[in-house]
Amino acid sequence: MNQEIYERVKNNPKFSELVKKRSSFAFKLSLIMLSVYYIFIMIIAFSPETLGKQIGTGVTSIGIPIGLSIIILCFILTGIYTDRANNEFDKLTDEIKDDVRFDV
Amino acid sequence: MKILLTTFLCITTVLATSGDAEVSDQRDLNIPAIIMFLFFVLATLGITYWAAKRTKTAKDFYTAGGGITGFQNGLAIAGDYMSAASFLGISGLVYLKGFDGLIYSIGFLVGWPIILFLIAEQLRNLGKYTFADVASYRLRQTPIRILAALGSIATVLLYLIAQMVGSGKLIQVLFGLPYEFAVILVGVMIIVLVTFGGMLATTWVQIIKAILLLCGASFLAIMIMSKMGFSFETLFQNAVNIKGTRSIMEPGGLVSDPISAISLGIALMFGTAGLPHILMRFFTVSDAKEARKSVFYATGFIGYFYILTFIIGFGAIVLVSKNPQYLDIATGTLFGGNNMAAIHLSHAVGGNLFLGFISAVAFATILAVVSGLTLAGASAISHDLYANVFAKGNLNEIVEMKVSKYSTVCLGILAIILGIAFENQNIAFMVGLAFAIAASANFPILFLSMYWKKLTTRGAVIGGTLGLATAIILVILGPIVWGEIINGDQSKAIFPYKYPALFSVIVAFVGIWFFSITDKSENAKNEIAAFDNQYVRSQTGIGAQSTLNH
Repeated sequence: MNQEIYERVKNNPKFSELVKKRSSFAFKLSLIMLSVYYIFIMIIAFSPETLGKQIGTGVTSIGIPIGLSIIILCFILTGIYTDRANNEFDKLTDEIKDDVRFDV
Repeated sequence: MKILLTTFLCITTVLATSGDAEVSDQRDLNIPAIIMFLFFVLATLGITYWAAKRTKTAKDFYTAGGGITGFQNGLAIAGDYMSAASFLGISGLVYLKGFDGLIYSIGFLVGWPIILFLIAEQLRNLGKYTFADVASYRLRQTPIRILAALGSIATVLLYLIAQMVGSGKLIQVLFGLPYEFAVILVGVMIIVLVTFGGMLATTWVQIIKAILLLCGASFLAIMIMSKMGFSFETLFQNAVNIKGTRSIMEPGGLVSDPISAISLGIALMFGTAGLPHILMRFFTVSDAKEARKSVFYATGFIGYFYILTFIIGFGAIVLVSKNPQYLDIATGTLFGGNNMAAIHLSHAVGGNLFLGFISAVAFATILAVVSGLTLAGASAISHDLYANVFAKGNLNEIVEMKVSKYSTVCLGILAIILGIAFENQNIAFMVGLAFAIAASANFPILFLSMYWKKLTTRGAVIGGTLGLATAIILVILGPIVWGEIINGDQSKAIFPYKYPALFSVIVAFVGIWFFSITDKSENAKNEIAAFDNQYVRSQTGIGAQSTLNH
């Protein structure tokens, strides 16, 4: 790959826009995932009885819907990221590629 | 991770000591199993023959030509993750402990969104065949490749031993075949599959098995729920009544102290992101778009699968745990141990035919996972060590592919020998160690090479080695090896925690950071200067290896 193309990409304002948008989005989603998981783990470590509380009068504990929700959250977060990246970010990437090639 | 440990502990100890009467019992029951098992063997050979005709170049061999779609790759990744150990082990753990099984499932799953957000597309944009391609992109090839290859081979071998021993024991019980025969059979099958069919055959066997396993597990779960009037409350109520305690509805002390909890979380999350056979799958898709889709589908399938295993575990409490047909009268425990819960349950809800189906799927699972591991190990030897270190990159791809095929045969034979050698050994620490090494050596180098400009070869090599050494030493000094295996008691361990990842990952990151920032060599300056171009490529895919044959 030649150096000139790399320089052009780096100097293209859309490149910094892409990197900035994607990094902050990926960071936010990672933070959500990590916080949810570690809060869950900390409750298990320090206060397991919290998750053992019954829902209403049945035997089902609140830990079960919470646990299942975390599984579903993983899927939803990957869906949100993939959707935005495959549309908005990839469009921006294509524009950068077009700009660079147009100049060549 | 602990669930895998538990699985192999149980498989090695409980199954090894199970009586001959029970094995012959299983043999009588399993005529449909044997038929379906033979069908799988033939189908696998058929796929291998089909794939062999399409595997001509090194690219075909390592990455299935790069033409796998995101959906297919998602199924294959899910297949790598849904091993026999996780299917039987997690449902067995739910059967035994209830809620605790869910904690482990969640731990195994949360790594995936992080992999997607932070490394998946960068990996695809920078790499070619192995994750060492990415790590050595702007660093010195020889030292980085050697370290990455050692990390890969160590992870693969440890995982392979655990899978081989587990599969030998499992096939012994399911089909009544002798242990050595089972291990040799698996070894020979993977040699044939990987050598001739490469990544294409490995991927398709994995995809087909993933679909069959998902269907089988769905059927099990639906049958359970239909017996419970499709009410979770009824299912849990019945389970609590049978167990006589509500303790299965809450965390039960498998993760007791905060240090262990965090450490396990780090091992599962970063370990997953450092497993060579998983990382390799990102090179089988055409671009970053498909790489992202792969993770999205994989997360969905794995999450769904874990929900099913949770239902299956509770279903086994209700339908199997009091049925004398499945119990050893002398001890009142399940035939073959708790990990057989899902197998017995398949008989309870679907009779001999469905038992045969699930047993055969369990065999296909073993085959598919072991093939992926072998291929990842062979790639590290041929692509990283031979082609790029020994031959300094001056090797044509035909020769490189030959080397990888020889490596596959050697690894297959080694797997058979180790599988037989470790038959009656305590191998419980091995999967834990594999995850610890992946998290402490492979992951930090890979991650920092993508994101940290100031990373230098010196930092990566010294820090990565420190991480690797810390992980190994702490596992040896820990409760399982030093405590249980050497001194017969877990509490006699020098290092009190089973999971070293918290410590070894910190050592690796700090080591890499310190030895990078203090590296003032000319070489280091060039490596830092090369980051910007790498970053453009990792972010946009400009200049990335196009894996599609145009």
